[in-house]
Amino acid sequence: MEIHAQYDQHIEVHKYYAGAIFGVVVLALALEALLPVYFRWAAILELPLLVTIYFGLSRRNPSTGLLLGMAIGLAQDSLGHTPFGMYGIAKTVVGFVASSFGSRIDVEHPISRFMLTFVFFHLQNAVLVLTNRILLGQHEPYLETRLVIASVVNSAAAVIFFARWYKLRKPS
Amino acid sequence: MAIPSRHRSLTLFAAALAAQILLLAVQIRRGQQVRPIRVWAIESVSPLGRGAAWSVDGVRGLWNNYVALRHLREENDQLRTEMGALRMRNAQLESRAAEADRLAGLLGFRDAHTEVQMIAARVIGASPDPSSHMVFISRGSRDGVKRDMGVITPEGVVGKVFAVYPDTSQVLLLTDKESGVGALLGTSRAQGPVRGSGEPLLALEYISNDVKVEQGEKILTSGQDRIFPKDLPVGTVMQVQPDHRSPFQKISVQPSARLDGLEEVLVLMTRQEFNFRKDADKSAPLPLGPKPEAPLVSSKPASPLAAPKPAAAVTAPKPVASIIPSKPPVPATPPKPAAAPTQPKAEAPATPSTPDTPDAPETPNP
Repeated sequence: MEIHAQYDQHIEVHKYYAGAIFGVVVLALALEALLPVYFRWAAILELPLLVTIYFGLSRRNPSTGLLLGMAIGLAQDSLGHTPFGMYGIAKTVVGFVASSFGSRIDVEHPISRFMLTFVFFHLQNAVLVLTNRILLGQHEPYLETRLVIASVVNSAAAVIFFARWYKLRKPS
Repeated sequence: MAIPSRHRSLTLFAAALAAQILLLAVQIRRGQQVRPIRVWAIESVSPLGRGAAWSVDGVRGLWNNYVALRHLREENDQLRTEMGALRMRNAQLESRAAEADRLAGLLGFRDAHTEVQMIAARVIGASPDPSSHMVFISRGSRDGVKRDMGVITPEGVVGKVFAVYPDTSQVLLLTDKESGVGALLGTSRAQGPVRGSGEPLLALEYISNDVKVEQGEKILTSGQDRIFPKDLPVGTVMQVQPDHRSPFQKISVQPSARLDGLEEVLVLMTRQEFNFRKDADKSAPLPLGPKPEAPLVSSKPASPLAAPKPAAAVTAPKPVASIIPSKPPVPATPPKPAAAPTQPKAEAPATPSTPDTPDAPETPNP
């Protein structure tokens, strides 16, 4: 118990204003939908996924993490052309796993953030491919060069964005 | 049955997944999308999209119309400077190309007339006196240039050497009032001197009123002055006016050579008589009956054609009289119009009487 207490002292749980979370989610979804219109290279960014990962890792609460992931995923589905629930399932998984990891490891270091985002990006894609194959019967290839590039780019973006989103925290 | 707190999140996770999988299954089974939710979501985001588009357009307009135009004036000035430099460069290149064409023309002309010794010269200056039509050329006595040598271009007669210096020479252009050349009409072969008037146009004189002269008719050198070879282009008839108070017509002539834009010329290094267009002479009609030279040869010893040494004309003090007289000579007998076609000038007015010859040194007005 003593060890667990010391561990809990090191793993800090961050609180955020509900409005800030809502605003960031809406902004991420809007930018995801609008940025590629003006900048084609912006299509490679997965801002809703980054938001899901960030709040999952920061809040370190699996329940809220999976619910936030589900909400973001369903909103993303509603704005896209995919069947309703595709991104919902993927981001539910990512949100749950991210918040579970966040309560166990240090996610403040840029390298760990990079690696975690890289892993979660591929986890989301794996869930999407599995869902497509199992539920929709579509055999999409999993590993593509574009996917690897996108995962690296999004991981790098996560390192940058996560450092900025730090200011959204409630003062402790 | 209460769910343990440590399994609450797992249960929630499983429920969320199950609900969404069920939702997917329903969609797949029914083959339809959840349209109301999509409409609601898109309608929620579209104002953001419109706002973003408006903002992006505003920023773009601000950037394109103001910020990006900050250095437009400097860029415009720079482009104008570059354009000016390029225009100047283009003009230089065009000038060089034109010079190359002219030099090629001179070279071709010289090669085509190898029987005539001639040297090319560059026009290096003009007379400061606007009333005199003279130019300086880049050849002088060291190059063998002598006074009274003919100066031509491939287009036609330019004038003659008026003064010779070691490295330059002064050329009296055809348009000068004191200049002239023995000439003949290309069609009728009627001869008469062409003299300058100080104006751009020359005057062909002593052509009888009976001789039919057409506008545009070519005027060629007669070769009688022993300065220019025969049949070299002198000019083109521009205007013909019969003079009822005189037996001769007033004929204005446009010089063949561009005397107002000379840059390179050829100096005829010989004054020996030669036939410049042998082939043309054979084919050219001679409407005057007898050979043109025959009636033109004056019995007077003062005639330049009779002068045994043409080089003596170099000593002529007045260049105006070296080729032509300033006034028409009074014929020994009144000119007979009927006889004009065959013998147009009784006293050979077309013959460039050169009073500067030793025999007639100071009698420009016989």
